[in-house]
Amino acid sequence: MSGSVVDNTVSSGNSSAAIPTDVSGQILDLDEDDDLEVFSKDTTLTDGSSFNASMQTSPASMINQYKFEEDADTKDIFVTVDNPESHVTAIETYITYRVMTKTTRSEFDSSEFEVRRRYQDFLWLKGRLEEAHPTLIVHPLPEKFVVKGMVERFNEDFIETRRRALHRFLNKIAEHPIFSSSEDFKIFLTAASGELTSHKKQGPGFLSRMGDTVKAVAAAVRGVRNRPQEFTEMQEYVEAFSQKIISLDKVTQRIVREQKEYLEELKECGPTYALWSQSEEELAEPLKNVAGCVDRCCKETEEQVKNLSDHLIPVLHEYVLCADTLKAVLRRRDNIQADFEAKTEALATKKANRDTESKVLSLAWASLVGRSPEEVKQQKLKGEIKEMRDDLDKAEDRLEWANNALKSDWTRWQKVMRTDLRSAFVDTAERNVSYYEKCLAVWESFLHSQRTDAEGNGKVDFS
Amino acid sequence: MADSGSEDIAVIGNTDLTPSESENNVKNAMVEKGTSLLKKMEISVAEAEKRTGKNAVNMQETYTVYLIETRPVDAASEGTNPVPDSLWRRYSEFELLRNYLLVTYPFLVVPPLPEKRAEFVWHKLSADNMDPDFVERRRVGLENFLLRVASHPDLSSDKIFYSFLTEENGWKETVFETGFQAKADSRLKALNATFRVKNPDKRFAEMKHYGDELQSVISQLLRVRARAADRLYGVYKVHGNYGRVFSEWSAIEKEMGDGLQSAGHHMDAYAASVDDILEEEEHYADQLKEYLFYADALRAVCRKHELTQYELEMAAQDLTSKKQQREELATGTIRTFSLKGVTSKLFGQETPEQREAKLKMLETQIEEGEELVKERNAECEEFVKSAWVDIERFKEQKDHDLREALISYAIMQISMCKKGIQVWNNAKECFSKM
Repeated sequence: MSGSVVDNTVSSGNSSAAIPTDVSGQILDLDEDDDLEVFSKDTTLTDGSSFNASMQTSPASMINQYKFEEDADTKDIFVTVDNPESHVTAIETYITYRVMTKTTRSEFDSSEFEVRRRYQDFLWLKGRLEEAHPTLIVHPLPEKFVVKGMVERFNEDFIETRRRALHRFLNKIAEHPIFSSSEDFKIFLTAASGELTSHKKQGPGFLSRMGDTVKAVAAAVRGVRNRPQEFTEMQEYVEAFSQKIISLDKVTQRIVREQKEYLEELKECGPTYALWSQSEEELAEPLKNVAGCVDRCCKETEEQVKNLSDHLIPVLHEYVLCADTLKAVLRRRDNIQADFEAKTEALATKKANRDTESKVLSLAWASLVGRSPEEVKQQKLKGEIKEMRDDLDKAEDRLEWANNALKSDWTRWQKVMRTDLRSAFVDTAERNVSYYEKCLAVWESFLHSQRTDAEGNGKVDFS
Repeated sequence: MADSGSEDIAVIGNTDLTPSESENNVKNAMVEKGTSLLKKMEISVAEAEKRTGKNAVNMQETYTVYLIETRPVDAASEGTNPVPDSLWRRYSEFELLRNYLLVTYPFLVVPPLPEKRAEFVWHKLSADNMDPDFVERRRVGLENFLLRVASHPDLSSDKIFYSFLTEENGWKETVFETGFQAKADSRLKALNATFRVKNPDKRFAEMKHYGDELQSVISQLLRVRARAADRLYGVYKVHGNYGRVFSEWSAIEKEMGDGLQSAGHHMDAYAASVDDILEEEEHYADQLKEYLFYADALRAVCRKHELTQYELEMAAQDLTSKKQQREELATGTIRTFSLKGVTSKLFGQETPEQREAKLKMLETQIEEGEELVKERNAECEEFVKSAWVDIERFKEQKDHDLREALISYAIMQISMCKKGIQVWNNAKECFSKM
């Protein structure tokens, strides 16, 4: 049930391209192996070494996570992602996360599960869900690596941010009415590493997936003719939403930058007051006091900056990715419709051909030979038409199902988005209030000390 | 909190006091100290105006003049409100007054003028002398200067100062007639004394050193503060972008629209609030600047001490050498090298009459020298005595004022935090309605 700490099957665990057996580290396509972390060539990292003891999710923070998820009384599955650990093998170094599940659902063999998963596995799960439900909205995964603002790819902060995002991802899946009953999801949560690997291989092969992609591209090129108004409105909304959320992301990052620069300057104030206090007698104590206050405010400012980076920015970033997901979903729906329209056209054309041909030929030959090559051809055409009609029916079904799925998931997504962003902003506002309250206390204590000083020294009149 | 005690406890206990009110408390302290001048009249620099005119080289120039108003104290308290006496002065006249005071009372720490040009500015603050904010702050600084002088036990009774306040025309001529410019010490003389003095009073040496340190540390503080103010401005203003984006976003949302829109307004308010915050901080910077310039005045007193001490030492040295010469002449031994000695060896001794004449001259010189030393000694002692009294007074004033300044800084920070709490609580409410 719990995954082995060192995953020895990693070398063949790549779910997409088949890796030649004579692979050496350099040939591996790093794009495919997203968590091929080369953060340290230091092979003294022992197997299963904990990345950092402080990464352990504390009971308190776990309770916070549960609180966030405890909206439904009907919630019957709880998932957490924590405890990142690094693994070193001969060819790569990567990180796994512990995924714990508690559930009362009957389709699960047990009520508690604990497995270890790496980023690749999450990617696989996402891919499977998208394949199975092209017009449902899958919550985005954290990106492969952050482009801006990161000096080291895999430092503590990055891993913690990623862990939180993975946790959110799984919880969104668990809360989704359709995704949460996916077989792939169940296997992801419960299977041992070896089981998972072999299950991964069972999916539609590389070639068939290529074929789907070709079809999709063709459909995209064809374009959709009669898109229903509501989906056009959806697309317009997504465009606008995408712009706004990107702006918010940028604004927040700018705030963080400015705050950091402010902090740099503020850090010099305290020491200057302290220096001054050394030249003074009467003033030494209040000056030292002010120096202390400024230093304490610096600490609070530092924490506030960290909070923005750790809490608000990742959520905004996720919804930037969401916007892209929405665009992709709408595209896929369009493709399904385009496919249906194309098949409709093709069938109509075929039928028209058959009609023209049958008129021309049946008169001429039917009397002469009876069963003629043209009659055979006619039979064949009839067969083809039947096939096409069946195909068309399927396409029509697919389209109808896709539209309905998207419509209901869209409503669902909007609710979730609203909740997520609302709580992220409320949270940010609360933290800001708390920041100012702490600074307020610092300065009030200074005032208080000056007051008691004055009374204590009997200095009623300074002049 | 309910103390009806001295005003300074009220200052500390009441955190709703604005910084300008706190500064008023400083002024009130000055008035209450009660020099005879301030007991008689209220002084203020009420307004500032731009003027153009021709200057000394007959070129057009634009300058600012300040209205000095004086009002008898009794009239105000009686409830009648007569029109105050007033006259206009420009900055250069203030400078002239101060220079006169510096030369005339070298043993006093003369209050400084507000800065001539804006320094330690952060980007939003203009460095332009014509900028209305700068002019306003200078007006306040000039009023402060006048009140400082008027509340000084010695300076307040100066006649030139009094006529500065009351006589618009001819004041300049009156100042020049005092001939104070002739009494001014040359920079070179002062510098020379600083290097060569052998035995300055230790306390003054320490004070000079303190003045150096004070100047250095306050400059550093002002610089750092200006940079931090710049950054803080940026932080607040960027939040204005939230306002804009929220507003745009609310247009495409149905249920979230209202919450977003109103949250956006609070973000705008937050961004705008920094202007007031930084204006108040400028006030605090001005209080620090005053003592930055006071440090200079303190050092000037110490330098003057060095000069008087040096002159005493010079006179004493001169006297000693003359006495020695007399001794040599009297006993006939030549211990010191002199041209006379050499020539007399070469060309023969001088006659007894010549010797007598020389001795007599030396005696006179020695008498004069002793008088001079006595004089200089008295001067020195007098200087040290009065200067030290004023330095002690200055120390107390400085400790009090700077402590008040720190307190007002804390009050400012508290006010800023309270505003922040209010805005973000409001924003939080709007967000929760999203």
